[in-house]
Amino acid sequence: MSHHIVEAKNLEFSYPDATHALHGISFRIRHGESVAIVGANGAGKSTLLLHLNGYLTPTSGQVRIGDFPLTKETLQEVRRTVGMVFQDPDDQLFMSTVYDDVAFGPLNLGLPVDEVHARVQKALETVEVLDLKDRPSHRLSAGQKRRVAIATVLSMSPDILVMDEPSAGLDPRARRQLIELLKSFRHSKIIATHDLDLVLDICERTIIINEGRVEADGPSTEIFQNEKLLADCHLEKPLRMKSCPVCSPRSSSA
Amino acid sequence: MSSRLETAYYDLGRLDLLAEKDSPIHRIDPRAKVATTLVFIIYVVSFNRYEITRLLPFFLFPALLIGLADLPLGYLLRKLILVSPFVIFIGVFNPLLDKEIMLQIGSFEISGGWLSFFSILMRFVLTVGAALLLIATTGFPAICMALEKLGAPKVLTVQLLMLYRYLFVLVEESIRIMRAYTLRSFSGRKPSYQIFKQLLGNLLLRTIERAQRIHMAMLSRAFTGEIKIARQFSFGIPEMFYLAGWLALFTFIRFVNISELIGRLLLETG
Repeated sequence: MSHHIVEAKNLEFSYPDATHALHGISFRIRHGESVAIVGANGAGKSTLLLHLNGYLTPTSGQVRIGDFPLTKETLQEVRRTVGMVFQDPDDQLFMSTVYDDVAFGPLNLGLPVDEVHARVQKALETVEVLDLKDRPSHRLSAGQKRRVAIATVLSMSPDILVMDEPSAGLDPRARRQLIELLKSFRHSKIIATHDLDLVLDICERTIIINEGRVEADGPSTEIFQNEKLLADCHLEKPLRMKSCPVCSPRSSSA
Repeated sequence: MSSRLETAYYDLGRLDLLAEKDSPIHRIDPRAKVATTLVFIIYVVSFNRYEITRLLPFFLFPALLIGLADLPLGYLLRKLILVSPFVIFIGVFNPLLDKEIMLQIGSFEISGGWLSFFSILMRFVLTVGAALLLIATTGFPAICMALEKLGAPKVLTVQLLMLYRYLFVLVEESIRIMRAYTLRSFSGRKPSYQIFKQLLGNLLLRTIERAQRIHMAMLSRAFTGEIKIARQFSFGIPEMFYLAGWLALFTFIRFVNISELIGRLLLETG
């Protein structure tokens, strides 16, 4: 448990309808790293994420979390270690009140009620929504739902946070607050997103997935300079790295 | 159709908002409120079918709750009227079937059918009103959890909780589908059977997909097949007083004929 490595070795995966989603994906993420997984729609990002907590089993290849490979025996431990935040908070928040949702994971881990209560309290404090504790989940705003979704995972005290499109559907201020929140976490983070500006803020490393393969893997700032690579993978330079359309209109049209 | 759906949706949300209020009644432990309401309903339906006067004192309960919890009477009445057609249909034939004269006020004769019809209406207002008030002062999730703590089967309570949670998501999804249909069906007519079938199928597919994603989210949080809920309720002295107070009052007005008592008292002093 000392070093929370996430390692994928030659992952291959085909869906039952013969869609070949992953073609030999390999990478290694070390403790404390924040890594962005970017790629076009249908590139295989979500499929890859679902392998990291054992929801999908690779056709061939292996996932290692921490010191052990992901197998049936280690599944529960891996799911505690890897906190998965899904794209749609309505899928993640299935209990009727915020408190019960955040308590769901710790209760399943078999923790005593006092400990569960303390963890719920702490997780909600971390994402700054303690006051919503008794509210029904369906009455929250999108930003609040996103925070609670993160708290549902934090309460299991994971070592690795895996997030699918965390900024989707948020207004600019809620998005900015989310970025600040994620920056304050010391977990290893794996974030699948189209929001490349968010990547610049949070992730020092980026892995580009294209048609089920790792197309590039390196420091985010370096990768986002490579315009040809980005264009080949249906991506675009982050807005912040483009020149200003008011000051120098010609160079920005490229 | 879509607009009616939307109205119903927001109406349901209003009940939720009421449950979030803070009042002495709202703060009482849900178990005490659920138990009180159950006893109330049992007492109200336990009278014989021609009873009217002895039901009257029971209106004290909803009246006090509405007052103490500061609930909008008009809104609650509207909800009652919405459900009332069902009850009216149940009782409306009584006056035709049961024509025996039971009561005579001056030259005005009232048949047993009319008495039992009004009795049914009063019971409906009392029982459904009490249930509505329970939801408006407690909130649906807390009621389910209280029921479980009081011994209801877990399968049932968890189903109810999930149903309530996803009712809103499902209605929102239906509203979106209906909006998309309405905006492109220029005739403004209701969807034909053929189209409606497809819309419904679409909704079903979306629901199945969502169920899959929810299951995925559950599994990633170490779900092993049993939904556990740890809700700490505190059943303290205020709850004891609440429960004992109401039970004593209900029992008193159930077994002592207060209307008659008051009537006799008035006659004697007069």
